[in-house]
Amino acid sequence: MRSVIVDTLTGKRAHRKVDIPHILLVICMLALVCFTVLPMVAMVCRAFMPLDELYVYPPRIFVKKPTLSNFSDLLNSLNASAVPFTRYIFNSLLTTGVSVFLSIFVSCAGAYGLSKFKPKGSKTIFAVITAALMFSSYVTQIPNYMIVNGLGLVNSYWALILPKIAVAYNFFLVKQFADQLPDSILEAARIDGAGELRIFWNVAMPLLKPAWSTLAVFSFVSNWNDYFSALVYINKDAMKTLPLALQSLAGGAGVVARSGSVGAATLITTLPTIVIFCILRGRVMQTMTYSGIKS
Amino acid sequence: MKMLQAHKKRAPMTSAEKRRTVTGYMFLAPFLLLFVTFTMIPIAVAMGLSLTNYNLIEKPEFVGLTNYINLILEDDVFLKSLGNTLLFAVLTGPTGYIASFLMAWLISLMKRGRGAFSLAFYAPSLTSGVAMATIWLIIFSGDRNGYLNDFLLNLGVITEPILWTKDADYLKWVIVIISVWMSMGTGFLVFLAGFQNIDPSLYEAARMDGLKNRFQELRYITIPLMKPQLLFGAVNSVVGAFAIFDVATSVAGMPSPNYEAHTIVAHLYDNAFIRMNMGYASAVAMILFLMTFIVGRICFYVFKSED
Repeated sequence: MRSVIVDTLTGKRAHRKVDIPHILLVICMLALVCFTVLPMVAMVCRAFMPLDELYVYPPRIFVKKPTLSNFSDLLNSLNASAVPFTRYIFNSLLTTGVSVFLSIFVSCAGAYGLSKFKPKGSKTIFAVITAALMFSSYVTQIPNYMIVNGLGLVNSYWALILPKIAVAYNFFLVKQFADQLPDSILEAARIDGAGELRIFWNVAMPLLKPAWSTLAVFSFVSNWNDYFSALVYINKDAMKTLPLALQSLAGGAGVVARSGSVGAATLITTLPTIVIFCILRGRVMQTMTYSGIKS
Repeated sequence: MKMLQAHKKRAPMTSAEKRRTVTGYMFLAPFLLLFVTFTMIPIAVAMGLSLTNYNLIEKPEFVGLTNYINLILEDDVFLKSLGNTLLFAVLTGPTGYIASFLMAWLISLMKRGRGAFSLAFYAPSLTSGVAMATIWLIIFSGDRNGYLNDFLLNLGVITEPILWTKDADYLKWVIVIISVWMSMGTGFLVFLAGFQNIDPSLYEAARMDGLKNRFQELRYITIPLMKPQLLFGAVNSVVGAFAIFDVATSVAGMPSPNYEAHTIVAHLYDNAFIRMNMGYASAVAMILFLMTFIVGRICFYVFKSED
């Protein structure tokens, strides 16, 4: 690995004295990767550690005798309690899934309309959406709570879905990608007599696939990991999503009880985003190429 | 349709333009409806509420700039949260941003193992801060069973375990480290795509013109060409860096002991949803909004594209 990087950095093949700064860079890079990966390794291992290994001194990072008992503890013993853990998994899957699906549809239609029809006022709309990339969602939280509360949606799944469909970031990604699609394909479909909705659905959506796959990844990650919305909108135990449920399970700072179940629950909460990213990685890279902001 | 025809008399549009505008807005309508309802109107409402006393039950009472004056002159906890937020933002934003740029650069120069390295580097930003906090609390546990204490005791750097998350001085650093860990991926994918997309013939031409090494290429070709990506990454880092909340509350509790890990978002949450001071909390939100927006605008200026 080291020699590969040294070669590519200097742009020359071997027979050259090894450069100290380059070696330092490679060491930094490996150190950084250790820093990013070790907590993840510990997280995965703890999910499979039998109880005696979880409490052993000195503490272990790697698991010796992996077991699934933490998962069965989490699902069985807690299933006996008022709200089974599977309910939280279901809540997270449902709200995240619906948010992602609706966000894909709404953002793609909007970005397509803006990019390909350039209606009057489209420059202003895009400028506002670009500026909204800088609005942290926390800023709008209080009025959003008033709206959700006014609609009677507190403690419902819609509270976790509705405010998070039209996200500036998602719109921006699709719009930048749509800009570089050739208009000629759409014109050809128009000459064939296809209706506008048909063209959008049958011609534009397949062409936008890399963009909305990317949107699916980012939207999934942010909704799945969203803790604040659930904290604000949900106070019924049965409606909690995974981050909130995991936090009550772990009992906050300093609680050591249920270490095994917490380890299993942490893995269940963390893994889906990584799996989705791995599946769609190629398309994400294709889209990110166009994601810059020209100011 | 009729309204648009009436509109035509004032601002003449060709029929093709009109058709485009109507169809365009038909596609835009669902997004715009939700975006205006849940982003644009709320920003305006938050601005308005920040000038009132409002508890969700009684009618808002206009109080002018009192909330802002109280925040700055009277509220020590707010000033503490502002200080913490700025500290976290200054330390984590640039660190994560630079680390992800360098990492994307190095990975783009690699011939093998790109996929594995990118995943290893990017994975933390996919994780839930609340979930990973359960692991961080074990890593930074204050007794000998904590991974970090165990490691340092073995090395002989310390002789007694350190109370990482109980001692105020260490607690802030623990939050910074976790936030950096989670923020390193923010611009990473954009940068990686940007590097992959630069035409290699530009580098060859530059080499003819006398650029000697990869660092000069980075300075004179890559960075100027990647300004749009650098800007997108910067805007996302800024928004994330000012909004540290999940990690701080999961590690230090809510509210944290002595408000040592209190952030602006925590102050907003505390005032809005625990004390029900919606007007006062809106003033906190507006300050967060202004800080993020101003620094974001500075990024727009710094990474201005020259074309």
